[in-house]
Amino acid sequence: MIEVRNISKQFDGGRVLTDVSATFGEGCTNLIIGRSGSGKTVLMRCLTGLLKPDSGQVLYDGRDFHRLEGKQLSLVRREMGVLFQGAALFDAMNVRDNVLFPLDMFSTLSSAERKERAEECLLRVGMADAMKKMPGELSGGMQKRVGIARAIALRPRYLFCDEPTSGLDPVSARIIDELIHSITHETGMTTVVNTHDMDSVRGIGENILFIHEGHALWTGTAEDIASSDLPELQAFLSGQGSIPRHERFLVKN
Amino acid sequence: MKGGTLEAVGGWLLVMRQVLRRPQNGRLFWRQVGTDIWRLGVGSIPLVLTISMAIGVLLVLQIVINFGYPWLPRFAIGYAAREVILLEFSSAIVCVILAGKVGSNIASEIGTMRVTQQIDALDVMGVNSAGYIILPKIVAFVGFIPVINIFSIAAAVLGAYATCWIAHIMPADTLQVGLQHSFMEWYVWSSIIKSVVFAFIISSVSAYQGYMVKGGSVEVGRASTNAVVYSSILILFADILLTSLLK
Repeated sequence: MIEVRNISKQFDGGRVLTDVSATFGEGCTNLIIGRSGSGKTVLMRCLTGLLKPDSGQVLYDGRDFHRLEGKQLSLVRREMGVLFQGAALFDAMNVRDNVLFPLDMFSTLSSAERKERAEECLLRVGMADAMKKMPGELSGGMQKRVGIARAIALRPRYLFCDEPTSGLDPVSARIIDELIHSITHETGMTTVVNTHDMDSVRGIGENILFIHEGHALWTGTAEDIASSDLPELQAFLSGQGSIPRHERFLVKN
Repeated sequence: MKGGTLEAVGGWLLVMRQVLRRPQNGRLFWRQVGTDIWRLGVGSIPLVLTISMAIGVLLVLQIVINFGYPWLPRFAIGYAAREVILLEFSSAIVCVILAGKVGSNIASEIGTMRVTQQIDALDVMGVNSAGYIILPKIVAFVGFIPVINIFSIAAAVLGAYATCWIAHIMPADTLQVGLQHSFMEWYVWSSIIKSVVFAFIISSVSAYQGYMVKGGSVEVGRASTNAVVYSSILILFADILLTSLLK
């Protein structure tokens, strides 16, 4: 289980996250939703340790992540898998070597076992035929599938996905969503997905956290979301909301 | 440099502190060193050979044309060409040229990794990203530069001989007498020592520029340019210091 307690973060005097608290349940697909610029990615980066919050805690099964050092920190990191928005595949390596990389780096398996595990992960995401291809030769959806394979190679306990369906067509987006959801349930991982894609919310959201202007305003299930009377949430769901003053002149009458 | 020279030096030192640690995986480290030796080192040989040979030709031509006084013994041409090649050209000038090729390559590769979140991916996995990406490049380039240095010296001398064999500027025997006159083996060693120091400057400064990129493609380009400029300037300053120390 991942617990976030009173996290705040600011950059250059501007507050991005204010006192955010949340719990991300084990074995289910947790979604963080909100408008672009609401603080979702900053929260995700605080969860994965790419940013250190100014205050508050991130607890991994009771372990205060940002206070860990050395071996203890390494242990928690090995339990994490991350799918970045652009997949972040290593472009000097082919598909198979990308998935092999965390295994080569940290696993104690033999060479043959590591290769077998990499192939198993690629098979699971439907990319077994593309092992020798370089990331540049793949489409966006394919890169994300390889990214998922790399993220699950070490059998992590926590999977983080930063806007996994952004830039994808609806069919590819659904494939990615279903892959994340099914892997989560097969393995019992705690999965946290950062998204503003309502199809993802409806399709795979089990536990949803709504972030608005850096505040955690609402949390609940996908069933609760439609019946919520929170105005900001309803505006987000229906695609309504005020246009910032400086953008109004761009709107055609 | 944004934030001032002191901030840049401090930033470089902090990155080097992360870089100069025992690799987390020895096998992957040496594999990466091998790849980087091939790309950065072996890949630079054609350029170094071409430029060195041309410089060898130009040195002899210029000395003959501009210093062909009757009172100057002819062997002095070969002697002067050798001294320039050993003392400055094959170390400092070749490394300034390589700052352009290798330095920009390193900075743009690492900068691109930064903007496409590949470095974030390494950090999240628990990999020491600075050590994994940068240390192999430093080890590869510093380790291979003596080979490049020797190739440069040989090619420049060959270029000098070419002026005799092809352009008949002077007899090859006379050039040879000059090349061998008062030869100091120490000059070869000091050329190699200087090259090693300059290679460290090129690889570490360029890697730092790429590693610290924030933004997009424009910043990657800027980092690549800065890598070349700062490396070149630092090489020349280091050359002044090393020339004084190694005399």
